[in-house]
Amino acid sequence: MAHKLSIFRGLLTFKSNIQKIWGVLIFLSIVTAVEVALGIIKPAFLLTPVFGMKGLNWIFIILTIVKAYYIAWDFMHLRDEKRSFTSSIVLPLLILIPYLIFILLIEADYIYNVMLDGFVSWNF
Amino acid sequence: MEATTNLAENENVWGGGNKPLNASYGKMMMWFFIVSDALTFSGFLVAYGFSRFKNIDSWPIADEVFYHFPFLHGIDAPMYYVALMTFILIFSSVTMVLAVDAGHKMQKNKVAVYMLLTIIGGAVFVGSQAWEWKNFIKGEYGAVETRGGQILQFVSADSGERIALSSFASSQVSERAQHSADNGIWYADEATLPTYTVAEVQEGFLANPDLRIKTEMIDAETGHKIVLDRAASESKIAQAVYVVEGANLIRNEYGNRLFADFFFFITGFHGFHVLSGVVFNGIIFFNILLGTYERRGHYEMVEKVGLYWHFVDLVWVFVFTFFYLV
Repeated sequence: MAHKLSIFRGLLTFKSNIQKIWGVLIFLSIVTAVEVALGIIKPAFLLTPVFGMKGLNWIFIILTIVKAYYIAWDFMHLRDEKRSFTSSIVLPLLILIPYLIFILLIEADYIYNVMLDGFVSWNF
Repeated sequence: MEATTNLAENENVWGGGNKPLNASYGKMMMWFFIVSDALTFSGFLVAYGFSRFKNIDSWPIADEVFYHFPFLHGIDAPMYYVALMTFILIFSSVTMVLAVDAGHKMQKNKVAVYMLLTIIGGAVFVGSQAWEWKNFIKGEYGAVETRGGQILQFVSADSGERIALSSFASSQVSERAQHSADNGIWYADEATLPTYTVAEVQEGFLANPDLRIKTEMIDAETGHKIVLDRAASESKIAQAVYVVEGANLIRNEYGNRLFADFFFFITGFHGFHVLSGVVFNGIIFFNILLGTYERRGHYEMVEKVGLYWHFVDLVWVFVFTFFYLV
């Protein structure tokens, strides 16, 4: 099977598939190390809310999606599959999951507010 | 005429001979199974997010729950252990890709060695998860629960560190014995009683002026749990109705009841995936040793089971983020 050996939009090209695997491993390890370091240090300036959530949490979620992308594209070699096949796998997930997140989290926030200033006693 | 030519082409259709989208039947179905499984996990994680947003000002803080590291007793080491588990799983993913790559080159021995390394990595991960569960279930400090189902933990006024029930609860003579099926009503029994009664905890608390109560509520300013002052603590301890030690599916000493339920359910479901992945890898490993794929002429089975294995890694990346980081 022909492998595409470039990552980061062609910024980094490897000589062989095995080299690419190690390259991606190093990249994923760096991302994980950054996540763990941020999780332990918790820099104060990142704890301010951005769009209803702590800035740090947004960073964690974005880094997680980055990791997921490289696992799917290079370890599960979606990069080497036909584009139509890749789309048939990724599109349903990209459409359904954000939709589910959107409706459930909005609803949860609404319930939180009902319990906060409504009639339900949280503790008795 | 046309029918005959089609017949020749389609001869192997049900054997997976046809390759729409350039992917074999087995590989494509593995991918679509992964898509459905990904949606299942999304459902679980979003349900977790729902409960968390619903209780956004009182959800347990991960660093206060997961702080154990093997051989480091009493040292507060949040996250290091799960970070290690993440590296183990990512590394076993890498050995899996290397096995697939060696399979493309028909190098039987290399495939076998890399598969074995993958299996070992997976087994170490499942073992680590079992250890994590053990710590979670056993708990270390204990807490009490109020009638409203709120968890009250005990901290030292000076250091703010949690204090175990065993270090302050008094011992009273109690006539309450555990009700077992062989001792009492034969068709009924009850769960293990906590080590201390509520009265013992309350008495010990009142006798130790250094103790404070840590509530479930989070201070929006600092992001820490609110610790009550002594007077408020004393009136709060009177509301305790149940002593909680460790975690089960009903209550846990860490806070919200749903927290432990989601922890057990999501990491348990993921752990089950890892376990079944190890079993699949094992079957493939023995087939490699037997030369099954050498005779078949290709190592595509390694690739298919590899997809499943990477998917397990992928799910862990998300579980790691939402349970331990965020």
